[in-house]
Amino acid sequence: MSTNYQLKRADFIFKNENDWESVLRKSISRPANELINELISSELKGRGGAGFPTGLKWKVASEEVNETKYVICNADEGEPGTFKDREILSRVPFKVLTGIAICGHVIGAKQGYIYLRGEYFFLQDELNKAINEFEYYCKEIKFDFKIKIFMGSGAYICGEETALFESMEGKRGEPRNKPPFPSSYGYMGKPTVINNVETLAHTYTIFKYGSKRFYDLGVQYSRGSKLFSVSGDTPKPGIYELELGMSLSDFVEEFGDDDTKAVQVGGASGFLVPRKRFAETNIGFQGKLVGISLPTGGSMMLFNSSRSMFNVLDNYLNFFAEESCGQCTPCRVGCQQLLKGIKAVKRGEKNAQYLDKLLKLSETMQFTAKCGLGQSVGNSFSSIVENFREEMIY
Amino acid sequence: MRKKIKISINGESVEVDKGTSILEAAKQTGVIIPTLCYHKDLCIAGNCRVCVVEVVGQKRLAAACATPCEEGMDVLTNSFKVRNSRKHIIELLLAEHNADCTSCYKNGGCELQGLASEYKIMTQDLINLVPFHNYTIDMYSPSIIKDDSKCIRCQRCVRTCAELQGVNALTMSYKGDHAKITTFFEKAMNDVVCTNCGQCVNHCPTGALVEKNYIEEVWNAIADKTKHVVVQTAPAVRVGLGEELGFEPGTRVTGKMVAALKRLGFDAVMDTDFTADLTIMEEGTELLTRLKSALVDKNPTVKLPMATSCSPGWIKYIEHMYPNYLDHLSTCKSPQQMFGALVKTYYAKARNLDPDKIVSVSIMPCTAKKFEANRPEMHDSNYRDIDYVLTTRELAIMIKQAGIDFAKLKDINFDRLMGESTGAGVIFGATGGVMEAALRTAYEIVTGREVPFENLNINPVRGIEGVREATIKIEKTLKEWSFLEGVELKCAIAHGLVNAKKVMDSIVSGESHYHFIEFMACPGGCLGGGGQPIPTSPEIRAKRAEAIYAEDEGMPLRKSHLNPEVIKIYKDFLITPLGEKSHHLLHTKYTPRNRF
Repeated sequence: MSTNYQLKRADFIFKNENDWESVLRKSISRPANELINELISSELKGRGGAGFPTGLKWKVASEEVNETKYVICNADEGEPGTFKDREILSRVPFKVLTGIAICGHVIGAKQGYIYLRGEYFFLQDELNKAINEFEYYCKEIKFDFKIKIFMGSGAYICGEETALFESMEGKRGEPRNKPPFPSSYGYMGKPTVINNVETLAHTYTIFKYGSKRFYDLGVQYSRGSKLFSVSGDTPKPGIYELELGMSLSDFVEEFGDDDTKAVQVGGASGFLVPRKRFAETNIGFQGKLVGISLPTGGSMMLFNSSRSMFNVLDNYLNFFAEESCGQCTPCRVGCQQLLKGIKAVKRGEKNAQYLDKLLKLSETMQFTAKCGLGQSVGNSFSSIVENFREEMIY
Repeated sequence: MRKKIKISINGESVEVDKGTSILEAAKQTGVIIPTLCYHKDLCIAGNCRVCVVEVVGQKRLAAACATPCEEGMDVLTNSFKVRNSRKHIIELLLAEHNADCTSCYKNGGCELQGLASEYKIMTQDLINLVPFHNYTIDMYSPSIIKDDSKCIRCQRCVRTCAELQGVNALTMSYKGDHAKITTFFEKAMNDVVCTNCGQCVNHCPTGALVEKNYIEEVWNAIADKTKHVVVQTAPAVRVGLGEELGFEPGTRVTGKMVAALKRLGFDAVMDTDFTADLTIMEEGTELLTRLKSALVDKNPTVKLPMATSCSPGWIKYIEHMYPNYLDHLSTCKSPQQMFGALVKTYYAKARNLDPDKIVSVSIMPCTAKKFEANRPEMHDSNYRDIDYVLTTRELAIMIKQAGIDFAKLKDINFDRLMGESTGAGVIFGATGGVMEAALRTAYEIVTGREVPFENLNINPVRGIEGVREATIKIEKTLKEWSFLEGVELKCAIAHGLVNAKKVMDSIVSGESHYHFIEFMACPGGCLGGGGQPIPTSPEIRAKRAEAIYAEDEGMPLRKSHLNPEVIKIYKDFLITPLGEKSHHLLHTKYTPRNRF
């Protein structure tokens, strides 16, 4: 058990605050660089999982010279085991809308979009109502900003920012080559800031209370709090806002069922941490063993001893083989090879050493895939195969 | 001046323009990085990942084709990490590719096979994915065979069909393990809006898209002693064939080609250029007749601009996309089909042959010609006018099969009667060529003088721009053409169907008022046709174009109406352009088609 850190709950995101009008009004009366500095000093990092410093993202986009810019809220929450964005949008939509609008003010965009996951169609009506109310207020205070919902169609890959742009442009959801990055060439080729729902909700907190309140939470490199979607073998599944930097053993003590065998941190594209590593693993952007900087971070899946890790991996790989966009070789073919490969080993059609070949292959995928999807398949693959090799074979 | 930046490639410092990709920069220093999805004609996809390189300091490898150089970049193209990854990627591609190489039409010409050979992929540990898919081969089109089991999803065909042709017959569908290149609702290629241009075939790195070949059929016909096998060769073939047989791009091999065809056993080797000249007589007269009807008689049923009809890819395109504009097409058949109709009538009569015993073969730079020959209306000789169409590539295969040492062949002339041609016929092979040939003749008919361009080279209509315009002022006409006095003949040229679309849209919108437009389906015209040697690139096409114009300059006759065999056929057989016989044999009609 870690000695110097305890699990600390926080309550910012879902705190009932009916003051979005004043937060918006006050924020947009501040100069852009002041708001950017506020964000930079808060050290807020992207809550989608990749952990890119939000302030820097806004800064780069604000420096682009272009008549048209866009702000996009990425609500294509598709990572297996993640369900926090859905809650944010249904419980505190105005915080997100305010975050989008302030970003528009900072970078000089007049149009915001919410890219809503196809399966979240049931949020659409309420969200549209909120947008109407929001836009009405913007008009009242003569702030020229519009927000539209764009419905996704169910492809996991469209949560990848450039695939998301392609999808919004009416094209096939395939990631683009980077560079250029969204801040200079995003939606419709225009400078675009794209942030996760939770990130935007955090900016609300930061602009309301100042960066210090946020910065004081968490640990070095991993400031602030974060929502965690807790699922699996736990007596209390749900969404919890916790300070970053906790150790995994603290987490398991709180949420485990006394029989936790492993925790999948960061969803299918994240890492599986076995029991023996709980104590040395910290949750944050600079962990000791594994850096948790994974798409749609915040998914915590607990597995107890009744679970077969082979089945878990098989499930993930089926997911990836189907959800790869199919354009780049390492991801399209690699996922199929990993999936068919572990089955062949299990059935005895390939010998146990074949797992080592597959590990090398997963490493190649990490180095060579075009986007985050293919690059991160190796995370869960290698962490499961290396830690539960026996379960893969017998 | 573009900003220069300095980078290092494999330890060697190089200065390049800002924006240059790592791939291009490497090429400048003499370092070759293998590629697959990259093609000079197309936008960057960066999806095969074969070209990955190491940028020192970065954990992940970068796709050299898609990554611009940055100041101070330290690139390694052959590091341990790069080699292993690249090999892995080739293995992955092979695992999803039906690598039954010995029975593949592209055996020896497949880029994936080339990479596998270069990297000596001797064992295949990975699981063969082909049996897990339910692949079928689409053989319904008379021009193109699509075999998904050989597809590596590089999307070169998809980009070709979209960017060069604007047709979008092929597209990517499904995702992940089911991702594949499909047509509209996965219908057969002959059931969708496909122009059969074959550019996809020309740009496919593997055997997933190939021309439907008729090599065995032609060998069988040659072997059949009861048959008289006649062959014609299109203008662009003579400047492309050499590439398939070891010559540099842009080498003219006309005489050797004729010699080779003789050796293959064809009974008569004649020239499509002859009917190209004939096309000018018919089409030029048609243009002048249309101008008269429209300008003098004010006949509302006569449509201007008149569009050329030589390119069967273009014809199928306009039939699908602008079915209300078919009246704008010249009614002239393409030179191939004119030749076909004449072989089994005029030639048969002159040589005293039973047309039933004639097998008419054409060598074309084109896969759409296979479809054209298959059109139901192309039976005006009472037989199928053209029996088999071979591409330039198929001819090269036959020459190799016959054991002919092409380089050692002595030049031979085409056989007579339908083998004589002028420079005007030759330039049909290049974009702008039909226009130039038509102007050389039409201007002279109207004014009695040669076109006012030095050495007959009408440079304004030449070039590589996708759409070109030219205006020729007609002055001091002969008496019977006085209605054209002072008229500025407005011409346009478009090549590549994406450019054809631009011109057509400007006509539909009423923006443009041309008199005469040349349309060619393929980039560069026929010399960049889908049946031409692989690879193709803007540079290679430029060399072929140079060769075409050099061939033209070297001809003693350069105006279609001076072709003695053309003069003879009108005297002996056709009587007059647009006459009754011409109408029957040399002109055709078009079929409106759906857009889906």
